[in-house]
Amino acid sequence: MQVYHFSENPYPDAWDADPCLRVTLPNQHFDPKVGADLINRYIDEWVLCDELGLNIWVNEHHSTATCLTASTMLPLAMLARETKKARLLTLGVPIGMRMDPVLAAEELAYIDVVSHGRLEMGLVRGYSTEVAPNNVNPAHTTERFWEAHDLVIKTMTTHDGPFNWEGEHFHFRQVNIWPRPYQEPHPPVWITGFSPSSARPIAERGHTVAAGLNARISREIFNAYRQRTNELGRPAARQDRFGYLALVGVGETEEEGHRFASQVKGYLETTGRAPSHFLSPPGYFPVSAKLSEFRRAQQGIAGSIFQTDRKGNPLPHATASIPQLIDAGVVLAGNPDQVFEQIKDLYDYTGGFGHLLAMMQGGHLSHDDTVKSMSLFSREVLPRLKEFLEPQEAEVLERVRERPLPG
Amino acid sequence: MLKEIENGRHSVEVSGTKMEFLTFGKGRPLLFLHSGEGPDIPSDECLRCLGAHFRVIAPWHPGFGRNERSKNFRDVGDLAYLYLDFAEVLGLADATLVGASFGGWVAAEMAVRNANAFNALSLISPLGIKVRDRESRDIADIFAMTDAEFAEIAYADPKCAEYDLDALGDEDLAGYFRSRESLAFFGWKPYMHSPQLRRWLHRITVPTLFIAGSQDRVVWEGYHEAYSDAVRGSRLTRIANAGHFPHHERPGEVADIIAQFCGSDASAESAA
Repeated sequence: MQVYHFSENPYPDAWDADPCLRVTLPNQHFDPKVGADLINRYIDEWVLCDELGLNIWVNEHHSTATCLTASTMLPLAMLARETKKARLLTLGVPIGMRMDPVLAAEELAYIDVVSHGRLEMGLVRGYSTEVAPNNVNPAHTTERFWEAHDLVIKTMTTHDGPFNWEGEHFHFRQVNIWPRPYQEPHPPVWITGFSPSSARPIAERGHTVAAGLNARISREIFNAYRQRTNELGRPAARQDRFGYLALVGVGETEEEGHRFASQVKGYLETTGRAPSHFLSPPGYFPVSAKLSEFRRAQQGIAGSIFQTDRKGNPLPHATASIPQLIDAGVVLAGNPDQVFEQIKDLYDYTGGFGHLLAMMQGGHLSHDDTVKSMSLFSREVLPRLKEFLEPQEAEVLERVRERPLPG
Repeated sequence: MLKEIENGRHSVEVSGTKMEFLTFGKGRPLLFLHSGEGPDIPSDECLRCLGAHFRVIAPWHPGFGRNERSKNFRDVGDLAYLYLDFAEVLGLADATLVGASFGGWVAAEMAVRNANAFNALSLISPLGIKVRDRESRDIADIFAMTDAEFAEIAYADPKCAEYDLDALGDEDLAGYFRSRESLAFFGWKPYMHSPQLRRWLHRITVPTLFIAGSQDRVVWEGYHEAYSDAVRGSRLTRIANAGHFPHHERPGEVADIIAQFCGSDASAESAA
């Protein structure tokens, strides 16, 4: 199992400035001197991954105190030079929202070349709160995403001169990037899955699906991926087609691990701090999802479908305890033995995954605590993850036949 | 081809697109292009009032209400051509064309494309043009505010915005969300306008009446004058105690003004 260290590079100093942390929070609340130290510190933590046998995961958001990375290309370009071994995962490049895909493909190819083929290429639609900063039409983002995806792949795999592209969203007549990617035919592609139905087109393309933060939904997503692969008559998907995201805190004791996780949980408490017109602009979520969200609210259920436990019962992240969040598959926390057992449980419950996406820094968690958590993970947990083997074909078929869980 | 689905609600296929519309009243035809989420949201009172003077035909725009938006529609120009076809299919050559807010934008796009397709044009708080410089927002960003904030700027009396979503069944509630999505689809960028529309408004040659609420804060205060100034010979009538949707806040008054403008009171009597 490959493990990736992640931090959204938050700016917690501004979290008390306003109830809304996205789109409208004035950047007067960003102190460049504080930010300079903070961003360098976060990059140092990524660089440390190389020594610890961990990989690196970066993301980006805009107009927000929850994430300072302006483009995943920027840290990746630095880390391509500063590290030698770690896989470099962007999850992802928000091609449903911003950047022209040809420029994205060229920059990603550059990172892949400089890192000698260490790029893991996540392509994402972009979070709903990115609609306003990018002023992208929210009702276009899904079709824009898939067109951009197709264009990135074709751009990276065309080596015999320019090709033509006159699509719905993108128009080019001479596409011919230099450099081209180091990895053949292109860096591994990852896409985030938020629902079982979203896993199907990812499975059809054979890309890696990233899920997480909810054991039950992730299990459904992974099952849907495996089912689609089976329907297409293909061999069972290998575990490296699945990534699971969790908040992680490893301490010397259970208490210390829980304390680290409680601070990382600042991510959960701030990520949705924006009014609904920015969290759910019309057209970003399908009509069917809007309808069920409305019906849930009528029943007095607050929070998204992701804020649920393994039975599908509501579990508001703001008030849930660390043990509850561990059980729901949101958090892995405790001493190294406990964290290992939690990973194993999640692995068995979801049908297995080859990538653990570990948010080991979040919220106010300090540099020293982050390094301690990362180091303990590296020394005490990581070696044991070699025990996870590819599942037997029969086990996979059992998953394929599994009916959706209630709730 | 023309089917009645339920009382007063019809469907017709136009240029490969299934369209639904409401009808009210008798007499001379009036094609009404709706604002917001549909012709009967927040209420159909304005259509009933117009129905006292006209035979009102009030379609849902494609992708609004119960029908999915087909891939054939990419921008407001597509809607303009669709409604020109719609008018031909339904034989509305002598009709009055009325459009409100977003529907007013569509109506203006139709009128510059075919100046003679209708007898008269009435634009109620139409959107669709850009007047001032690039840093001046002519039209409030309705997608960056709460429903309550929107009601506050869109109505003289925000209570008139009330529309009970809780009472809707799944089909109509889904239709409401579909309408919101399509409003964004057609109006997101450039925001609620066509950059070129204003310079072609001189092509509108039918008698044109602009109607705007005196408390419309959805658009910049000089917006309706600028729009009216660009349509030769047009008039602008202000409605007191009304905001961006005077046809919802003062439905009887607006219907009477349109009827008077079209000189159609006689036909209303004959229909009664």
